[in-house]
Amino acid sequence: MNGLLTLLIFLPTAGAVALLFLPREKTGAIKLVATVTAGIAFVASLPLWFETGFRTSGDFLFRETLDWIPSLGVKYALGVDGIAALLILLTTLLSFICMYASYTAITKREKEYYVFLLLLETGMIGVFCALDFFLFYVFWEVMLVPMYFLIGVWGGPRKLYAAIKFFLYTLFGSVVMLLAIIALYFFNTTGFLWWKGLGNAPTFDIPHFHAIASQIPPDLQVWLFWAFFLGFAIKVPMFPFHTWLPDAHVEAPTAGSVILAGVLLKMGTYGFLRFSLPICPAASSTHWVQLSVVVLSIIGILYGSMVAMVQKDVKKLVAYSSVAHLGFVMLGFFALNTAGIQGGILQSINHGLSTGGLFLLVGIIYERRHTRMITDFGGISSVMPVYAMLFMVILLASIGLPLLNGFVGEFTILVGAFLANWRWAAFAVIGVVLGAAYMLWLYQRVFFGEVTHEENRTLQDVNLREILTLAPLIVFCVWIGVYPKPFFEMTAKSSDKLVVAVEQARLAREAGTVRMASTAGTPGTPATPATRADLAAPAAPAAAAVLPEGR
Amino acid sequence: MTFPFPASDLLVILPELVLTQLALGILLWATVVRKGREATLAWVSIASLAAAAVLIPVAARLSGPLPRAAFGGMLTLDRFSIFFKVLVLLATAVTILFSLKFVGTSSYPGGEYYALLLFSAVGMLFMASGTHLVSIYIALELMALSQYVLAGYFKRETKSVEAAAKYFVLGAFSSGVLLYGISLVYGAAGSLDLGDVARSLAATPRSSLLGVGIVLTASGMLFKIASAPFHVWAPDVYEGAPTPISAFFSVGPKLAAYAIFARIFFVGFGPRAGDWAPVLAASAALTMVVGNVGALLQQNVKRMLGYSSIGHAGYALLGLLAYASGTDARGENFGLWAILIYLAAYLLMTLGAFGLVVLLEAKGYATESVDDFNGLSKKNPLAAAAMLVFLLSLAGIPPTAGFVGKYFLFSAAMKAGWPSLALLAVLMSAVSLFYYFRIARAMYLVEGEGELRWREEPAVAAAVAVCVAGTLLLGILPQPFVALAKSCLLP
Repeated sequence: MNGLLTLLIFLPTAGAVALLFLPREKTGAIKLVATVTAGIAFVASLPLWFETGFRTSGDFLFRETLDWIPSLGVKYALGVDGIAALLILLTTLLSFICMYASYTAITKREKEYYVFLLLLETGMIGVFCALDFFLFYVFWEVMLVPMYFLIGVWGGPRKLYAAIKFFLYTLFGSVVMLLAIIALYFFNTTGFLWWKGLGNAPTFDIPHFHAIASQIPPDLQVWLFWAFFLGFAIKVPMFPFHTWLPDAHVEAPTAGSVILAGVLLKMGTYGFLRFSLPICPAASSTHWVQLSVVVLSIIGILYGSMVAMVQKDVKKLVAYSSVAHLGFVMLGFFALNTAGIQGGILQSINHGLSTGGLFLLVGIIYERRHTRMITDFGGISSVMPVYAMLFMVILLASIGLPLLNGFVGEFTILVGAFLANWRWAAFAVIGVVLGAAYMLWLYQRVFFGEVTHEENRTLQDVNLREILTLAPLIVFCVWIGVYPKPFFEMTAKSSDKLVVAVEQARLAREAGTVRMASTAGTPGTPATPATRADLAAPAAPAAAAVLPEGR
Repeated sequence: MTFPFPASDLLVILPELVLTQLALGILLWATVVRKGREATLAWVSIASLAAAAVLIPVAARLSGPLPRAAFGGMLTLDRFSIFFKVLVLLATAVTILFSLKFVGTSSYPGGEYYALLLFSAVGMLFMASGTHLVSIYIALELMALSQYVLAGYFKRETKSVEAAAKYFVLGAFSSGVLLYGISLVYGAAGSLDLGDVARSLAATPRSSLLGVGIVLTASGMLFKIASAPFHVWAPDVYEGAPTPISAFFSVGPKLAAYAIFARIFFVGFGPRAGDWAPVLAASAALTMVVGNVGALLQQNVKRMLGYSSIGHAGYALLGLLAYASGTDARGENFGLWAILIYLAAYLLMTLGAFGLVVLLEAKGYATESVDDFNGLSKKNPLAAAAMLVFLLSLAGIPPTAGFVGKYFLFSAAMKAGWPSLALLAVLMSAVSLFYYFRIARAMYLVEGEGELRWREEPAVAAAVAVCVAGTLLLGILPQPFVALAKSCLLP
């Protein structure tokens, strides 16, 4: 179906424009229009799930291409593979839930709130659909603005600080990424600095860059890799760049936190899959690069878990647990094998569902008590039994209990990590244990024991609307936990392609270094970077021939 | 009587001639117009600018194929100069719109004010087409002298007088430096015609005489575009001058100065590009840092915009720098058309932002402090949204003109082999978001109940609306502008 992606991207924008024409007093109508728009967007995104093409090939489907800035080669190019399709489905689902979940949480400036949420949805879907680097960057940046306002206007006490911190952190990363895009663009055409260009027509086409990846010299790839890394690692967020996340999460309104955890962080992981690995395969498979990312991921897992353990604020605890979970995702990706990458993608989705759910649950109790401090609760299970039950399910999903989604994701990641290097898996497993520890301890302190605060005795249990917002998440948690096959099938072909690309680059480089070592041995033929690049290119087809058996 | 040049040369400067006559007429008329009746003068001034704009294509058509040199090579009419002329006229017309009530309700006479603006515009028009160091210098002085007066136009306001004095002293000094540089260049090259200078420079070896001449000329230019280390005047002048004049200073003279900067250095000093590029690179780096870091500390909106315009001058220098490194294998040179697009974007977003500063009246005067914007999104959502567009554009966030302009500049710098400068530029542009968004924060995030009043000025509001539309259009559909800029390059 052509035009589906354009429809998905701009449907929320249309809803936002429609909201602008409603008077701000008619909050009921505003909520209705916003929810219906997001609902339609979700239904419209369902064809992505039923498309069988994703399960049989790793190609980009639903493609659309229009000229945008012809003199630069910029195109309005859209297309998705299985990975992007899953993330879009997650986005439309969570956006819909967020609209519905905000009815009572947001009591001021509703009109602007829903306008910003809808614009945010446009930006997020656009990021996952874009097949043109320029377009991708536009959506990537545009999306920051509504999120800034969501945190800044409807956030908690330190919202002003958190909002600008979020914006600046992400912006610093993304502007460096922009330079990498520019460098790639020039390398593809006339050359960049001392790297001789390929002489192709100017383009920002992402599949084209995937195709020429093997021709990018490894030393340029390493530069590009770290420039992309900065952009995506801040977004993920990976260990030393994570400090914006707890602030943003704690101060954001519930829906903001859900979107932030559920989708925005996934844009970072998606960036690694869509750009870092396939465009810089030689750099990604370089041992020290891979090891640096893996070490940062493992630090993220352990550090995030340990910091989560000592939090007094439930929301901050969940925020730090995100750092740990995303560490798992990145560990899976940089195991650089099919199991790791597939597990990482699934864990991205899982994290969106379970952490999104946890933020919704925290929001529910916050609306009633206007506090999120763990010590203000205790014995809640006797007052709000249904709430306690829902919390338990989502919490267990987040911990990774078998038959729930988290288990499938973490297990697959650990398999991937083990295959790459058993020591990585050994460190990461500590994170799983810590994860269970802080979550269960949280549950114990909030829900079990005597009711210690009088205010908690009169708390209302969850109402139908709140159950309805959580129900789809629980359904998916159980579905993925029991029968993850369709989800794995969605991403299998794309993951294979990534692994093949990286493996080829590794083999090509190894072949290249062997030959370079032999030429370096012969006097009078110094091995220059230029010859290394020339050697890498012819070695690639040979590697492709070897690979099917080797893998 | 015989002329030393063919009479048809006069056609080349037809717009300038007509505008000069009209400006003189307005100056005379102003002597008989009573205070409070000056709005007519303003509209006549705008009409004069429009007439000049209409006459530009007429002059281009009548005077022969472009580029058309006139007066023995003193002036040249080419598409490059037309590009700048149109922008300059637009900037002047918008400034007059901003001034309508601002000057009308003040206690100062308006007639001379409009006449001075027009004289300044004439100077800028000549600057755009000057191809001889003497004609360029005279045009520059015509523009600058009018501006010294305009900066101090509110003569009983201490700040305004202070601004004028600073601007005049520093401006006169920089003109002197420029003139001295020109004289040294003349000594080395034996000519003041830019084409001859280029030929002579290509043939003569490197000399300290020429080196000092080029550096001094560059210093004069850097002063005019408010680049470090010659930027110190800008924030003080922007703060003290009447707000519409601040808007004018941050756009009009800068555009014209960029035109002569580009022409002198590319056409005249082009053969020595390898020598002067490092000087500009150092200045660009310093300017970006000084402008953006300086703006972080400002509470006064006009000062902040002053510092931000210094930062933008630094970005634009990247384009000049990139142009210096010559064309690439495809025969394209990003540098100059990146500047052209960027300056068009800069004009729209800066004028728009200043327009809102003019429109928002706090404490009976134009807004001064960032806090004056508190709660604007509630009181006037449209104005807040417009300001947000300008702020995003200034910070270089897509889909706005500012992003497209910066994208071209930064990629030009990357292409020209200055990735470290490009890195500094993108980092500084991320820093700039912090101070621009202090205004966004005040408008949307702070629940202020300041005594903010909205001046009912449809003319200004319309000008701002045009700027919003232009900013978004250039950001979303830049192709026509890119094609236009590409056709307006220097040879």
